[in-house]
Amino acid sequence: MEDAIIKGLLGLTVGFQHLLIDWRNVIMILVGGVLIWLGIKKDCEPLLLLPIGFGCILVNIPLSEVMMKDGFIRIIYDAGIDTELFPLLIFIGIGAMTDFGPVLARPSTFLLGAAGQFGIFLTLLLALALGFPKLEAISIGIIGACDGPTAIYVTSKFAPQILGAVSVAAYSYMALVPVIQPPIMKLLTTKKERETIMEYKAKPVSKTTKLLFPLVITVIGGLIAPKGLPLLGTIMLGNFMRESGVVERLTKASENEIANVVTLFLGLCIGCTMVGPAFIKAQTLIILALGFLAICLDTVCGVCFGKIMRVVTGGKINPLIGAAGISAFPMAARVVQKEGLKYNKRNYLLMHAMGANAGGQIGSVIAAAIMLAILAGMGVI
Amino acid sequence: MQMDNFTFGITMLLCGMGGTLVTLWIMSLIMEALGRLFPYKPEEKKEK
Repeated sequence: MEDAIIKGLLGLTVGFQHLLIDWRNVIMILVGGVLIWLGIKKDCEPLLLLPIGFGCILVNIPLSEVMMKDGFIRIIYDAGIDTELFPLLIFIGIGAMTDFGPVLARPSTFLLGAAGQFGIFLTLLLALALGFPKLEAISIGIIGACDGPTAIYVTSKFAPQILGAVSVAAYSYMALVPVIQPPIMKLLTTKKERETIMEYKAKPVSKTTKLLFPLVITVIGGLIAPKGLPLLGTIMLGNFMRESGVVERLTKASENEIANVVTLFLGLCIGCTMVGPAFIKAQTLIILALGFLAICLDTVCGVCFGKIMRVVTGGKINPLIGAAGISAFPMAARVVQKEGLKYNKRNYLLMHAMGANAGGQIGSVIAAAIMLAILAGMGVI
Repeated sequence: MQMDNFTFGITMLLCGMGGTLVTLWIMSLIMEALGRLFPYKPEEKKEK
């Protein structure tokens, strides 16, 4: 009887014993706490960091079975991440939320959205040089898309073993865009360039154009890069529903209920990939550093492309708007507006930057689709 | 045949950057064309 009681009581301490055996779980529980703190106190992507942080704590509690076979998060993971379903559902919501009017009014700003993706490919090259296998290098480069769902879609497909590090990097750096971009923008431009005033004349777009836009982009993009059609098709479906104006219930469900539920599940699943022994290694730190570099390179390429456009247009373009060619929407456009005003109080770059930013959102999806098409063409996937 | 990392990286860099730029350029031309084919009419504002 006494023996049974002692054994029973000892059973309650097994978790603590295991916690002391592997210190990496303790570190990851603290990391989870930091992510939650960043979300709550610093308002740093709370919708994602809160469930990611909590998932990270859940999975690092010793003997936790949440990610074991039939564990509740494993079931969600298999259903939504393994199948690549969650990022695509999020994309329908993003499409439903985004107004592509500014880029439709000035299609040339679309090109800035292309330049803002160059960091993906430069980082891929660096990752290969550092010895990462091809498919892991692809997943690391895609952090430069500055687009969480795209990064998750590509990584879960090709390198699920680094999904935690890539997702955390993608979402954290997206939130840090207002800190990362301004010094680079200042460094690469002259005072005269930064002070360039870009006049804005409101140019309304017809409903027919707005309606045809998602359809045409889907068909053209799908023909060029069929492997990336799920990414492009879902974002365009969301936008098509929004612009059609006849399925308000579906549009609202996509941008609210569906996006919210999927965000919760996605965050939890990502957090649960951050298991101490698999996450705490030098490789993770390198991935985080490369992700940071990818977003810096995006900004560099965007601003440099803005400078080229300035030369081509005879000085009419303020190169600062090039920094908005990334996918962090509308944060990057706001950063450009703020920086423009800092150097010239009469300079309102917001609407031009919104065009580049909307272009960056499509650009990130196109870049990922192109990447998949090239990989398929080379026979790598 | 297994492609070495250097060739793979350079191919991805050139085709990826070039492909993205060209695709978005084509799309910008299409958008320009759509804008011209279906210009905004002031009546649309009234309809809203």
